[in-house]
Amino acid sequence: MDMALAPETLARWQFGITTVYHFLFVPLTISLAALTAGLQTAWVRTEKEKYLRATKFWGKLFLINIAMGVVTGIVQEFQFGMNWSDYSRFVGDVFGAPLAFEALIAFFFESTFIGLWIFGWDKLPKKIHLACIWMVSIGTLLSAYFILAANSWMQHPVGYRINEEKGRAELTDFWAVLTQNTTLNQVFHSFSAAFLTGGAFMVGIAAFHLMRKKHIPVMRTSLRLGLVTLAVGGLLTAVSGDTLGKVMYEQQPMKMAAAEALWDGEKPAPFSVFAYGDVDEGHNKVALEIPGLLSFLAHSDFESYVPGINDTNEALQKQFGPGDYKPIVPVAYWGFRWMIGFGMASFSLGLLGLWLTRKRFLLPAAWRTGEDEVPHLVLLKKPLGARLTRLYWLLALWTMGFPLIANSWGWIFTEMGRQPWVVYGLFQTRDAVSPGVSTAEVLTSMIAFTLLYAVLAVIEVRLLVKYVKAGPPELTEADLNPPTKIGGDLRDADKPMAFSY
Amino acid sequence: MELHDVWFVLIAVLWTGYFFLEGFDFGVGVLTKLLARDRPEKRVLINTIGPVWDGNEVWLLTAGGATFAAFPEWYATLFSGFYLPLLVILLCLIVRGVAFEYRVKRPEENWQRNWETAIFWTSLVPAFLWGVAFGNIVRGVKIDRDLEYVGSLWDLFNPYALLGGLVTLALFTFHGTVFTALKTVGEIRERARVLALRVGLVTVVLAVLFLLWTQIDSGDGTSLVALVVAVAALVAALMANQAGREGWSFTLSGVTIVATVAMFFLTLFPNVMPSTLDADWSLTVTNASSSPYTLKIMTWLAAIATPVVVVYQGWTYWVFRKRIGTQHLADAAH
Repeated sequence: MDMALAPETLARWQFGITTVYHFLFVPLTISLAALTAGLQTAWVRTEKEKYLRATKFWGKLFLINIAMGVVTGIVQEFQFGMNWSDYSRFVGDVFGAPLAFEALIAFFFESTFIGLWIFGWDKLPKKIHLACIWMVSIGTLLSAYFILAANSWMQHPVGYRINEEKGRAELTDFWAVLTQNTTLNQVFHSFSAAFLTGGAFMVGIAAFHLMRKKHIPVMRTSLRLGLVTLAVGGLLTAVSGDTLGKVMYEQQPMKMAAAEALWDGEKPAPFSVFAYGDVDEGHNKVALEIPGLLSFLAHSDFESYVPGINDTNEALQKQFGPGDYKPIVPVAYWGFRWMIGFGMASFSLGLLGLWLTRKRFLLPAAWRTGEDEVPHLVLLKKPLGARLTRLYWLLALWTMGFPLIANSWGWIFTEMGRQPWVVYGLFQTRDAVSPGVSTAEVLTSMIAFTLLYAVLAVIEVRLLVKYVKAGPPELTEADLNPPTKIGGDLRDADKPMAFSY
Repeated sequence: MELHDVWFVLIAVLWTGYFFLEGFDFGVGVLTKLLARDRPEKRVLINTIGPVWDGNEVWLLTAGGATFAAFPEWYATLFSGFYLPLLVILLCLIVRGVAFEYRVKRPEENWQRNWETAIFWTSLVPAFLWGVAFGNIVRGVKIDRDLEYVGSLWDLFNPYALLGGLVTLALFTFHGTVFTALKTVGEIRERARVLALRVGLVTVVLAVLFLLWTQIDSGDGTSLVALVVAVAALVAALMANQAGREGWSFTLSGVTIVATVAMFFLTLFPNVMPSTLDADWSLTVTNASSSPYTLKIMTWLAAIATPVVVVYQGWTYWVFRKRIGTQHLADAAH
């Protein structure tokens, strides 16, 4: 059959589309849940109104976002069975358990407490209401942890044995699946990237309002929180990216060789800044390289040998039999660069902003600003001019989506870089598709999901823009006088709800 | 009782939880056209399930995840076999979730009206299709020696399964109606009780037909008990509704759902998905299940986590126990 319409190709496209789309919402949900919870905690502790207004503002954006995250997540729970039934049969004994843990522990947490949080403003005492958003936050983190454990097992299977009679992998050590270094590193990397994403989002929106000198107290606080989140998240993303990379050099040398378009092993190996390869010939036509850096990234020294794509392919052929074990090299190579490039760009902008808006440190007293003033952007001794200041705010606004691009390419890189394997070294993607599902069926579902997702994306973005522009809401009497009893005030039978759908 | 039998029961419990909870919120969705006279009433209906529908839906995700973990072969055959109906269900659930959350985010009438229409259809269609799916599971489908579904899409829409779909649709709508009577105040509450009688009578007729058909086809002594309980509870729910005992009526319609799902699973056991081509090719609790080690871990998980979930979900219902009417609605958009 024509490869372009082979069920395998279509099923992979569908998985790629639905999963990358789902993951646009996941990191924002993870970080915004925690950031909103942090702001609400500040409100409960200090009773400063700006924190409550900030909570409501970011909470609203968080809710618009999590709605999409939740509904696109439903597809993920069933897609394995629909398009990848042979995969499901092979891995279910191992792979199903973390999914079930995710549902029973994390999803219930998230979904139940989000309902309590949304509708609970006038039903729950302040501290219990606050606890609800923290529960949601814990739920998002647990959910990510379990699904990353499942994915890590695909990257590097551990704690299993092969049952020849049943033709499947069987779990022998669940703890190993949950705690292997691939899992821990992927969790570390994804969590930090999530906060990088949320930080950039917060900074961009705060910059939008500060540039217009609107909602200053709330946005000033948000800017600060966003910048710190962005800088810390960015730093940890880089650190964890480095350790995850080293793990991958051990576990999937092919993925990392492809990430560098390093066709033949070198000692010491250079880091490629730019390359244009001739895939059929198995070498690069143009290459711009930094000597020794790749050796360092792989093994922490500038001298050691790093195997190339061709060597690794031969080694894999010896190990697993004849075949081509190369992923699509340009995708891996450019995916890796875009991931790092877009992520680092946001991180740098965050560091820069953190310095420019510093409150006291090495800042001349004349340029210090109060809580209801837009901070000056001070490079050394004097604030930046109006044009440069505006440029920084605009950059922050227009690059707030950079981490989303970085996240997407990170996943595309790590998943496509693992090909032709679906479970590395155990099971190939071409053996994983549902044999009983027809091309027409996969095509139908792919088109249906893509169209629906496109429409929802437009709706979602327009809603976000509307609520971003609206700014933080004014507080009402009810907001400032939360109930003291669970269930709210039952005496006033006709009192309207604080929130209703 | 071996672990795979325990898990057969637990999967039944998860589906029961799902149909019990999302059953009434599908029903409420259907009522937005069947019961509500105007848009404020639609809003009241939507808000009776506002804080809880999301948690209710997780029972489905858990049933899916647990089936994957405990019975991978069942998960693989069922969802690849029932591909297009499942696709439709997923599309509905996506739109439905977004509809609840986004409807109130803009004041324009068109915007809100469109989402309300979406809520109606995306509640009605899955309520029907789940019945079709379970009808097919219980009756058996064409499964070959490789445990693959080899029937066509149209095989799934046989008379028995279609009747099953009508039963779940009617039963969930009834469940939603008595839930509405329990959760609302004012005129809509009175009309919900009147409507409950009509929907309930239709449900009784459909359910009796379908359950008897099931019993004659593949029932035994235990499934007969479930059948009797289901029908008796349904009739009792109607009587309670007439007597104005809303709490009892809702509980009893819940019992009908529990007994109906119980009857499905009692009829199935020890199969999980019978083959109509050759009994040897049926998926059973033994040939479809995971290894004892995985099942052991899953059992620990279920034993610890499920009671906790039930407690905090139950607590949510208690927090939002107050009845609501049109006077309680917040601003039209926020």
